[in-house]
Amino acid sequence: MQFDLLINAIIAGLMLGAFYAAVTAGISISFGMLDIVNIAHPGFIILGSYIAYIVNAQFGIDPIIVAILALPVFYALGALVYGIYFQSFERRGQDSLRGLAFFFGLLFVTEVGLILAFGVDYRSVGTSYVGGSITLGPMEFPLRMLVPAIVSLAMFAALQLFMSRTFIGRAVMAVSQDPQALELMAVDPTRIKRIAFSLAMATCAMAGAFLIVIQPVLPSSGREYIGRVFAICVLGGLGSLPGTLIAALLIGVIESIATTFYGPSWAPAVSFGLLLLTLAVRPSGLLGR
Amino acid sequence: MRTPLFTLILLAIAAALYLAFRVIGNDYLFFLGYVVLQYVVIATAWNILGGYCGYVNFGSAGFFAIGVYSTIFFYNIGQSPEDVFPEFMLAPMAWIFPLPLPVLIVLGGVFAGLIGLGMGYLTLRLRGVFFAIATLALAVVLETFIVNWSFVGGSRGAYVIPPESVPVFGTFIQYLFVLMLLLAVASLAAARLIERSRLGIGFATIRDDELAAEASGVPTLKLKLIATVLSGALFGMAGAPFPFYIGYVEPNSAFNLSYAVNAIAMPMIGGTTSWIGPMVGALILSTLQQIVTVTISSAVNLLITGLLLIGFVILAPNGLVGLWHHWTARRSNS
Repeated sequence: MQFDLLINAIIAGLMLGAFYAAVTAGISISFGMLDIVNIAHPGFIILGSYIAYIVNAQFGIDPIIVAILALPVFYALGALVYGIYFQSFERRGQDSLRGLAFFFGLLFVTEVGLILAFGVDYRSVGTSYVGGSITLGPMEFPLRMLVPAIVSLAMFAALQLFMSRTFIGRAVMAVSQDPQALELMAVDPTRIKRIAFSLAMATCAMAGAFLIVIQPVLPSSGREYIGRVFAICVLGGLGSLPGTLIAALLIGVIESIATTFYGPSWAPAVSFGLLLLTLAVRPSGLLGR
Repeated sequence: MRTPLFTLILLAIAAALYLAFRVIGNDYLFFLGYVVLQYVVIATAWNILGGYCGYVNFGSAGFFAIGVYSTIFFYNIGQSPEDVFPEFMLAPMAWIFPLPLPVLIVLGGVFAGLIGLGMGYLTLRLRGVFFAIATLALAVVLETFIVNWSFVGGSRGAYVIPPESVPVFGTFIQYLFVLMLLLAVASLAAARLIERSRLGIGFATIRDDELAAEASGVPTLKLKLIATVLSGALFGMAGAPFPFYIGYVEPNSAFNLSYAVNAIAMPMIGGTTSWIGPMVGALILSTLQQIVTVTISSAVNLLITGLLLIGFVILAPNGLVGLWHHWTARRSNS
């Protein structure tokens, strides 16, 4: 019985981890590669959840399809935010203190805006697979976890391919290492950073849809993901997408085991404890440079 | 102006304020004034680390809550000492407990300062960004512990019953108000003293160029730890009287995100380079918030705070104080 419990905790943790990977992918690009500490990222994920919720409630379209349709909108939003950030902070060389305050303000305004528009009730979506599950012997795969996990892994693989195979993807890697050298290759680092930041923002649409499929969402749900995403990003090693995936799966499994055996109220402390430990012991992370 | 004289002037202003409130004689003024002064302390506390050293603390709510829960912890011991201490210690403990409020404030400051020291030691050797992220994490870890700790009420919350009246001050809220007033005076005087001392110059070198400071022999880690401890202790002291003010505390209200946002927004809006900025920011913003909360709604008030924060960091990076200097400089030129 105990063994069954453990197996299922690990399976649930792996699916949760795959979802965390989607949530962290954007941070891994913006914070890990571009050095832009976008702490508003979880706020935009919740925005993605609410967009999926509105369209789903109005037209009954599947939230993940809504997210794919919303990708260009979030991409444009990312370009806008980066434009403001670049003009106001990065160009003036004031990106540390005031840039952080700027994103913190954005996070807060997004959350309060959603509260004003939708109130503080839990919102959820209706899809054909939310209630179902696949059973394999003692193992159980609830579909509301499995579907987001699989799409999330697909998205992650696509991102990794883009980053390692295309010219722009490689330029993003380069801009994080040496923007001046990039300029010498006649590539505009600002343009590359804008593209990368917009991509990071676009992942919010997907992650938001996954989130609202997995669990009902509140405007303040984003907060519990702030520490988690940074924990995963730092643990995986800044700027390393494979590291992010490994760390996400690891934290998903540990959290799931902690929830199963010690109760859900301890789960948030797991990732934060790991974050503090990583920062103290090995700040370069698992696969850091 | 020398620090003792400055402190005397602040105390005179504080005394005048208190007397004016007493003459008006409306208890609501004291309730309102307490919140405003609490934010003066919080904004000043944030600015010691954020404004002087350039290290962003997002975990203000966590440090504030340490003060809140240290008070609840000692209050609960005072309520039922027989559950906590062995038989032979009951007599001396009955003499010590219940602890008076000023002692509770100091204890709250000590605990918050110690947590600041521990966390600073773990993360301040890294780049500033990691410290900021770790402070975000700290608030959540602490909240998880409090939720799971039933002695201080857990997620159900805890009640603190303030005494009906206090000698000299009359109602309890007046006593609380005066304590917070003194705390605000003390924190402003301390901030101004730091600003003008060798310590403040050391802080400024860290803010401007940490690498160069380190290379010129400034003990950066030590200075950063001092700033974290001072700032954390002030947060804790601001939080310690809070249970007596509000009467009922649960983790959500003690760890409320609005403390973290206000702690950043007030200095940023006022101006971070001197002690005046956080004070001006706190006075203006918290008064505005009280008005908006009463007339419109508390959600709108938070929205306004967030928008003001974004607007100021983009358009007026040096806050109201910066705008004022800019304006006076232009006037004297023409």
